[in-house]
Order: sequence, then C-alpha cells, then structure tokens
Amino acid sequence: MCKLTLESLLFAILPVSLLGAVAGLDMVSFPQIMLSRPLVSATLAGAFIGRPGAGLLIGAVLELIALETLPFGASRYAEWGSAGVVGGVVMAGQPIGAAGALPVAMFVALATAVFSSRSMVWVRNWNAHQARRLRTELDVGSPTAVDSLQLRGLTMDLIRGFSVTFIALLILFPLSRRIVAIWGVDAVHSRAVVTALAATVAAGAIWTLTHRAARAGWLFVLGLGAGTALLLLQ
Amino acid sequence: MTNPKSTQRARNEVGTPAPVSSWAVGASFLRLFAVQGSWNYETMIGNGIAFCMKPLLRGLPEERYRAALARQGRYFNAHPYLAGIAVGSLARGELDGEDPVRIDRYRTALCGPLGSVGDQLVWAGWLPLCSLMALTAFALGAGPLVVVCIFLGAYNAGHIALRAWGLRVGLRRGMRVAPALSNPLFRDGPAVLARVSAVLAGLILPLALQRIIGPGRVLAGGVAVVAVVGAVILARFGARATGWRAALALLSIFVLYSVAH
Repeated sequence: MCKLTLESLLFAILPVSLLGAVAGLDMVSFPQIMLSRPLVSATLAGAFIGRPGAGLLIGAVLELIALETLPFGASRYAEWGSAGVVGGVVMAGQPIGAAGALPVAMFVALATAVFSSRSMVWVRNWNAHQARRLRTELDVGSPTAVDSLQLRGLTMDLIRGFSVTFIALLILFPLSRRIVAIWGVDAVHSRAVVTALAATVAAGAIWTLTHRAARAGWLFVLGLGAGTALLLLQ
Repeated sequence: MTNPKSTQRARNEVGTPAPVSSWAVGASFLRLFAVQGSWNYETMIGNGIAFCMKPLLRGLPEERYRAALARQGRYFNAHPYLAGIAVGSLARGELDGEDPVRIDRYRTALCGPLGSVGDQLVWAGWLPLCSLMALTAFALGAGPLVVVCIFLGAYNAGHIALRAWGLRVGLRRGMRVAPALSNPLFRDGPAVLARVSAVLAGLILPLALQRIIGPGRVLAGGVAVVAVVGAVILARFGARATGWRAALALLSIFVLYSVAH
C-alpha cells in the first residue's frame, strides 16, 4: 500500500522540506557530516514517508551518480541534499511495484539537482553582496559584523534548501504521480535503463578517481572478479 | 588550566606567548563546522576563519583583537576540514604578537597546500571510499539503518578526527605547520585510498546493479556492457560533459518514450 497520497503530501510537505533544508545546509555550510549525500538524504526522506527501503533504493542509485561530484571550492556541482530528499519522497510516494517509480524518482531528483546547483550560486553571490555591505565594519574588525555575516549566510542557505525542496515537491510530486500512472515500459526494463545510466556515471567517476594510483586497474579487475563470483554464488 | 597572571601578561605585552583556555579551543572547534557559512566568490572562507578564531582571540586587548579579526576576515581559501590548521596556527601567531606583515604572508602561503591536500585526501579519497563501503553493504543486502550508519559512522570518524587534529596541530606549532603537512597520511593517503576504492568498486558494481535491477538477471550482462562503453565515453569526454547532466538528458528521453509508449 502506498502511504503518501496527494492530499497527505500537503501535510507532509512542510516537515519534509525542513529535512531538505537541513540536508541542503549540510552540503557546504554546516556541519558537512554528509547528511547531504543522497544515500542518506533519500533514505531519511523515504523513512519519513514510511518506506525507508524505497528511499534506500533511489538513494543507492543517486549515490552511484554522486560519486562523480567532487565539491572542490568554487566549482559548480550538484547539491544532492535537497535533491535526495525530493527523490526519496517521490520514490516512496508511488504505489508499490509501480514500473515507472524508480526512473521517475531519479528523473525528479536529477531535475531538482539542476535547480539546487544553481540556487547555491545565487546564495554565494548573495553572501558576497552581504560582505560588501558590511565591508566598513569588517575592515575595522567588528566582532558583531563577523558573526552577523556568518549567520546571514547560514540562514540564507537554510532557506534555500527549504525553498528548493518545497517548490520541487509542490510541482514535481503531482507530476510524477501522473507520469507513473501512464508509464508504458515494464518494471524490469525500466530498472535496467536506470541502472545502466547510474553504473555508467559511477564507472566513469571511479576511473577518474583511481586511474592515477599504481595498479588501480588491476585491483578493479580483481574486485570485479570477486563481485561476479559472489553474484554467481547467490 | 589557564594561569590568570600569564593571561594578563599576554594581554598587555606584544611578543609574549599567550595561553589559550580549553573553553576557547572547544568553542573554536565547534565553530569550525560552520567555517563555510558565508562562503562566497570574493572572500571565500575568509570571514569563516575570523568567525572560528574569535573565541581564541578574545583574550587580546581590544585594539589587537579588532586588528586581528580585520586581518583574518580577508580572502582565504582552504579545504574546510583542514581550515582548523589555519585557524589554530594563525590564532597562535596573533596571540604571540607576530609581525602582522609576516602573518599576512604566511596566511597567503597557507591557502594552496591546505586546499589541494584536503581535496585529494577527503573529496577524492575518503568520501568516495566511504560511499563505496556503504554501497557494498547495500549490495550485500543490508537494510536502510545499517547502510546509513556504516556511511555516516565511517565518514565522520575520519572527518571529525581530521578537524580536531588540524586545530590542535595549528595551536601547538603556530606558524611552523609545514612539517605537519608532510605527514605520510597526506603524502601517501590519497593513493592508498584510491587503490582500496578500486577493489571495492569492482566488487560492488555487479552486486549493486543486481540488487537495483531486481528480478531481471538476464539484463545484468547488457547493463554491464552499456556501463563499460558509457564510462569509456565519459572518461574520453569528461572535461566537456558532466555525467549526471548527461544521465538527466538521456533519462528525459526515456521518460518521454515511456509516456508516449
């Protein structure tokens, strides 16, 4: 049985958006303990709806893709905190066994990641604007100005995460339900497409991360052999 | 414990080593978790460094305190987990009454190493390894709570230890932290983590794919072939395309096809 209906979403959307806000804040601003990784944020969102297993499944798919994301300083990257929460809610909110649930949840999460990535740039520009406004006080070492700038940034990032999650759920959850209802490809092939995409991005990311280390290629092949053997034994 | 007499002396005399209370170190450590709170493209984490340093500098006379905060709030960039080294060593320099010109020069020199060392060790090493460890648990059939606990537990054991170590080393060594950055962990750690990640990645890919696909084992081989070909294409054109955006584009086409179908 699916526990989340369109009507109950209206009651759930505020607390779920708060979860998205906390996960979004964790990505860069505070405390960076990786609640923002999709494996965590999507699983927590799924648990909130009452289906942690569904949240974990979409979280694992998104985590494979997120292996590619290296949050290096000023580079632009996907913000997976709020995107993971949206993906988890959409996945957990579909009827159990729905063929299109996984691809649609992945699509919604990635679309949210595009928006949340851009929203981080807005917040960073806003922070720079605030720093310019407080420049005179900061230049004379005002402790109040130092704290104020930091708190403004943290607050704005929290609002950003909340807004991204809230708007994405408000628009994309009803849309996802409609798409899943008219989904035309069977569950096995739908999941195979999702898995192929996630595995492609993950394999590319792993290559990028490890290829400079000595014997990494052989070690990968060794692991692959062990994994395949385990699979055949199951 | 802080001796009140020596604290008073440090407040009054420039050049006298100043003690730091354990309360101030604790407060500074907690603030380190918000060091990127006002991250922006102009001063990066500069204000965050001043924000974290505030409890450590509170014992200085007002004029020196404000001058130090103004200096430390300017442009600074470093990996957030290693920012504690900068906070500790620069605070030590300010407390010990080092020449402000020397502090500025040292501050500029510190940015590059703290950024590149941290990026390689944490973002390109520790984080993917912990993800792969959690995905291994997922692939082997672990439940949501176990998978999340493995990931958060393993990752944050390293994360919190690194932040605490950085602040301690910075405060102890002051503006002579270069030897600490030549620690074997920073020099050889990324390569070791990459090799372990390579083994784990090979191990989990077939198992995780199988768990995600579910009862469609016959498709697993096809998925693996597509993944290998796709990964080669991504690696070849990696500089011009990000994989997740390409995945979104392909998925959009698939969603349209499924709806039309």
